[in-house]
Amino acid sequence: MSKTKVAIVGPGNIGTDLMIKIMKNSTNLEVCAMVGIDPNSDGLARAKRMGCLTTAEGLAGLEIMPEWHDIKIIFDATSAKAHHHNWAIVEKYSDKKIVDLTPAAIGPFLVPTVNFTENLKVRNVNMVTCGGQATIPMVAAVNRIAKVHYGEIVASISSKSAGPGTRANIDEFTETTALAIEKVGGADKGKAIIILNPAEPPVVMRDTIFTLSEQADKEAIRKSIHDMVAEVQKYVPGYTLHQEVQFDDITEAAPVFIEGLGYRHGLKTTVLLQVVGAGHYLPEYAGNLDIMTSAALATGERLIELI
Amino acid sequence: MNNIYIQDVTLRDGMHPIRHQYTKDQIKDIAIALDKAKVDAIEIAHGDGLTGGSFNYGFGAHTDWEWLEGIAKQLTHAKLTTLLIPGIGTIADLKRARDLGVESVRVATHSTEADISAQHIEAALKMDMDVAGFLMMAHMNDPIGLAQQAKLMEDYGAHCVYVTDSAGALLMDGVRDRIRAFQDILKPETEIGIHCHHNLSLGVANTIVAMEEGATRLDASLAGMGAGAGNCPLEVLIAYLNKMGTEHNSDLFQLMDIADEVIRPLQTRPVQVDRETLSLGYSGVYSSFLLHAERAAKKYKLDTRTILNELGNRRMVGGQEDMIIDVALDILKKKEANMPDAI
Repeated sequence: MSKTKVAIVGPGNIGTDLMIKIMKNSTNLEVCAMVGIDPNSDGLARAKRMGCLTTAEGLAGLEIMPEWHDIKIIFDATSAKAHHHNWAIVEKYSDKKIVDLTPAAIGPFLVPTVNFTENLKVRNVNMVTCGGQATIPMVAAVNRIAKVHYGEIVASISSKSAGPGTRANIDEFTETTALAIEKVGGADKGKAIIILNPAEPPVVMRDTIFTLSEQADKEAIRKSIHDMVAEVQKYVPGYTLHQEVQFDDITEAAPVFIEGLGYRHGLKTTVLLQVVGAGHYLPEYAGNLDIMTSAALATGERLIELI
Repeated sequence: MNNIYIQDVTLRDGMHPIRHQYTKDQIKDIAIALDKAKVDAIEIAHGDGLTGGSFNYGFGAHTDWEWLEGIAKQLTHAKLTTLLIPGIGTIADLKRARDLGVESVRVATHSTEADISAQHIEAALKMDMDVAGFLMMAHMNDPIGLAQQAKLMEDYGAHCVYVTDSAGALLMDGVRDRIRAFQDILKPETEIGIHCHHNLSLGVANTIVAMEEGATRLDASLAGMGAGAGNCPLEVLIAYLNKMGTEHNSDLFQLMDIADEVIRPLQTRPVQVDRETLSLGYSGVYSSFLLHAERAAKKYKLDTRTILNELGNRRMVGGQEDMIIDVALDILKKKEANMPDAI
C-alpha cells in the first residue's frame, strides 16, 4: 500500500516529535514536508536531514510547490493565531484536511477514542489539550454507563515539559479542557486544573479524573474504564491506570455544592492515571506532549482510511 | 520604615480548617468586625483561590461570588482582596470578582513557576487593581532563585511580591535570607510581603524577621485561622507590634475579642501545632493537604504522618491534593505486600 503524504507546520518540539512518530510507526502516512518560518531553525534543519521537503516561507511557501497537490493532511503544530492563517489556505482545497494541535479550535474537538466517528466529514479537527486527550476518555467511559453530572480533571506535568506557549496562556488550558469535558466527555459541567511540578528528575505526567454521576453498577463503570484505557493504549502505550478505580457514595443527606449545578449527590468515581511518553523526540516524562502527538497521528491515520 | 500593611486571611486561608464551609453571614459579620478593628485588607475566597471549589480541594458552602457579594460596600477602611491561582482560576473569574468590588488581588504560583502569572498580573493591572505576586512553597526555592522569580512578577507589573511559606517550613534565617535577596534585586518602590504558617511555631517570629528586613505587607489571621497549624495569629502580631512601638492601624482588643469569641469556636479541627501539623512543617508539605491527608488516613487506616512524609519525599507542590489518595494507596499496597522496607 502506498503511503499518503502529509505536511507538518511548526518544526518545534511537538512538530518534530510528530514527524519522528510518523516516520517510525505509521503504516499509512509519510511526512512529505516540514513547514516553518525561520530559515535558521534547528527543527527545519533536522527535518531536512531526515529527508523532508522544507520551506521557511510558511504554508503559503508549500502551497506554491508541486508536492502540495499530493498532500492530503496538514498537521498544524504552530499557534492559535497562525492556525487561522493556515486554515485559510487549506480550506480552499477540498481534498485536504487539517489536524489542529493548537488551541485555536476552529473545528470541533476530537478525542480519537471518544468521538472520532462523529467527525468523519469535518475538514478541520482540533485536538483539545494534552490534559483533555488524557482525561476525556475517562469521563466518557463513566458517562457511557452512568450519566455524568460533573467531570473534574487535575493534570500534573513536569515544569520542563510546559513550553512557553502553555505558560503564557494557562487559562487557555483550563478553559478549553473544561469545555471539552462537557462537549466530548458528556459531563453537564466540566472543570480542569493544571499543576506544574518542578521536581528533578522531572515527574511523569499524572492525571486524576473525578466524576459525579448517577448511581450505577460500580463493576460496570470499572470495566468501562479498563476497556477505555486499553483503547487509548493502542496509540499511547504508556497510558496506564496507576491505581484501581476508587468509588465514594455521595449521599442525598450529605450532597456536594457544585458551582453551576447546585447541590448534587450520586456516585463519585476517581481515576488515577499515569502517562509515560514513548521517548521518540521528547523525553519519557513528557507524556503530556506525547499524548498530543500520538492522538494527532491516530487521527490522521484514521482520516486516511476513510479517503 | 514604610507603613505596615496588615492583610487578614481568616476568610481565605481560614477556609481550610473548616473545609470551605463559612456561611455568607459569617463572612459578612467577620469582615465587618475586621474592618472596624482597622485591618488594612481582607482577603475572601475559597481556600485555593477563586473557583477553587472542587473535588480536589473541597467544595465550598457557597460560590466565591456569593461570599463576596455585598461585602465591598460594608467596608470603610479595609481593602477587599482575593486570591487567584493560575491553573485553577482564570482572568474571567478575576473580572467577576472585580465587578463585585474586589480592588486588590494576589496572583499565586509555585516558587519556581512565576512566569505563568504574567497574563493574570497584566489583566489585574488593566482592571485597575492593586496586584501582588504570591510565591508559594517558598522553602522549595533558594533565596536568589526565589528573588529572580519575584523579579519576573515585578516585571509583569506586580506592586508587591510575597515570600509565601505555604508549608510553614522556613526557619527564621530562611525567611531573612529570602527577604534580603528580594531587597537586593527588586526596585525600591516594589513592596515585599510575608505569609507564614505556624507549623514550626514560627508564624509570628518569621513575620517579625521579615518585617525587620523590610517586608511591609504582613499576612495574619484571627486565632491563626488557616491551613495546617494556621497562619501568623493576627491578634498576637498586633500585640507584638504594639510592644515594639511599630506603627499600624489595627485595634488589639477588638481583634482579641473576635479571635476568641467568633473564630476559635469555629475551629472544629483545632488549629494548633500537633503531631500532624508539625509534620507538615517538618516534611515541607503544603499546609492545605492536612485535612485531606487526615481523611485519607482514616479511610485507608494509615497514619497521617506517614502520608505527609511521603508527600514531602515526592516533592509534591501546592494543588496536588489528588496525589494524597495516590500516596495512601501506594503505602497500602506496600503494607499489604508486607515488604520489609514498608514506608
